Amino acid sequence: MNKQMYWRANIRYLLILLSIWFAVSYGAGILFVDQLNNLRIGGFKLGFWFAQQGSIYVFVILIFVYVRLMNKLDKKHDLDEK
Amino acid sequence: MDIQTWTFIIVGITFAVYIGIAIWSTASSTSDFYVAGGGVSPFANGMATAADWMSAASFISMAGLISFMGYDGAVYLMGWTGGYVLLALLLAPYLRKFGKFTVPDFIGDRYYSNVARTVAVICAIIVSFTYVAGQMRGVGVVFARFLEVEIETGVYIGMIIVLFYATLGGMKGITYTQVAQYCILIFAFMVPAFFISFQLTGNVIPQLGFGGTVSDGTYLLDKLDGLHKELGFAAYTEGSKSMIDVFCITLALMVGTAGLPHVIVRFFTVAKVKDARISAGWALLLIAILYTTAPAISVFARTNLIQTVSNQEYDSVPEWFTNWEKTGLIAFDDKNADGKIQYVGDVAANELTIDQDIMVLANPEIANLPNWVIALVAAGGLAAALSTAAGLLLVISASISHDLIKKQIKPDISEKGELVWARIGSVIAVVIAGYFGINPPGFVAAVVALAFGLAAASFFPAIILGIFDKRMNKEGAIAGMVIGMLLMLFYMMKFKLGFFGGGDQSGWWFGISPEGFGSVAMLVNFAVSFSLSRLFPAPPEDVQEIVENIRFPRGAGEATHH
Repeated sequence: MNKQMYWRANIRYLLILLSIWFAVSYGAGILFVDQLNNLRIGGFKLGFWFAQQGSIYVFVILIFVYVRLMNKLDKKHDLDEK
Repeated sequence: MDIQTWTFIIVGITFAVYIGIAIWSTASSTSDFYVAGGGVSPFANGMATAADWMSAASFISMAGLISFMGYDGAVYLMGWTGGYVLLALLLAPYLRKFGKFTVPDFIGDRYYSNVARTVAVICAIIVSFTYVAGQMRGVGVVFARFLEVEIETGVYIGMIIVLFYATLGGMKGITYTQVAQYCILIFAFMVPAFFISFQLTGNVIPQLGFGGTVSDGTYLLDKLDGLHKELGFAAYTEGSKSMIDVFCITLALMVGTAGLPHVIVRFFTVAKVKDARISAGWALLLIAILYTTAPAISVFARTNLIQTVSNQEYDSVPEWFTNWEKTGLIAFDDKNADGKIQYVGDVAANELTIDQDIMVLANPEIANLPNWVIALVAAGGLAAALSTAAGLLLVISASISHDLIKKQIKPDISEKGELVWARIGSVIAVVIAGYFGINPPGFVAAVVALAFGLAAASFFPAIILGIFDKRMNKEGAIAGMVIGMLLMLFYMMKFKLGFFGGGDQSGWWFGISPEGFGSVAMLVNFAVSFSLSRLFPAPPEDVQEIVENIRFPRGAGEATHH
């Protein structure tokens, strides 16, 4: 039971984080790049910025968030390494 | 001091460091040789992974490539970083818990079949050789330019250095040299970037200078878009590839990254599941430093280049132009004989051809930076090429000694005997890689994309399904790998090498280029594996137990237990 709950929580985290992963790269950087390019931050068109800068920053953040979530989850279900 | 003396000094020091590390970290067991004893700290592994990952192409060619592609360059930037999210979330922790030495180990055990193991070995060897040939060539090119020796001599020097630390230290030697190589390559990449960003935009940080203003107050990117329009090129911030192709290439590179054996195997070298997760984070952070700087350099270099050469008298070009003309990386053909350089979008009227590699290599000269910076770039390029070459050679040698000899041909081989074979394997691999470096097959450029496509089409689905689908059996996985790989090979051969009737852009399926086709082949692999697996019996109890076991971190021993 405990293991099942752990695995389900893990899958839920994966789905959430991978949706963000998809949204910033394939969404903002590719599929909606033209629409976003009408907005600007500083000298960047927003879509272009996501494609060449923003998505990479988000990728890094996603992994560190995942590590935090999983370390907590391991402890909560008493499945962390001794 | 002149450039050459500086280059000798800086490259000499870095090589002495690599050799020193090799002697200090000699491998004494197969576990040392394959996975550095399984006790590398997460941050050190992150650095080693970053150096392993960033090849001569990332260091030397990528910024230049992007400067010619504009927005479309995003396929490389996102494609070669986004895969780490997949690695961290979907592969690394589970493979670490599984705790063996190689990727074919996992495929062979999870799919309880030596056929699966052999298919995986073949994929691993094809992918790694494709890659390593380019690295050895890169070493030769950097030597040729900066030390003014023949390219072949450069390749020989590179072979000797790699041979020394890869054969002696195995993964242990490679890991710690890669840590040193990361420091050298990132320093060498960033120093010119800081200088040039400051010169052009007044902001030291390239990522900010990228979106900053130039001396006349306009934004740099607007200025470059303007220059492009004036000269008849497509606007820099808008691409020319179709959206579906950009989508598929990005996906193929991301998934390919997550399926590359020399990257995956790095996560076997840490002590815990927890460490595998965090070291993927460190690796991507350290890679992102270079990958967010590269597109800025592309824009700086492109703007500098156009302003320096466009419509200038050929007789009054700066010295670097003539220097690089000698190497053939830049060429001027005065078509209208007016003595001026016309660099324009119209192919018929354009008089200047520029090799992409020049953007990083000549950047310090274009920006008038001191000689020691130029020498540093040479050392950085060598570090990038050598670190990747070593990682790949290890995968090849482990495939021979572990996956073929120990696991299939001679299971009763002693630890010592296997270690001897591992060393022999690495010598063979270095010699073959060196041969391809000296006699590069004409199709090297064409097959680099194949390495990613193949990894995406073969390993990635087999590993993911092996972890997340308990019901996946050997029939499904083997059929998926073989069909995915053959489909990818067929498409590449047809559209890249002209086999099976050939074809050009108009013949591409769904408008997807061969570079992006790995995405389609991967989906086909998933579909075949999934549907076929339901027609055959579920995997045996003990295999299902392995799958159950790798999902939970507790109890991850060292990667030595067999």
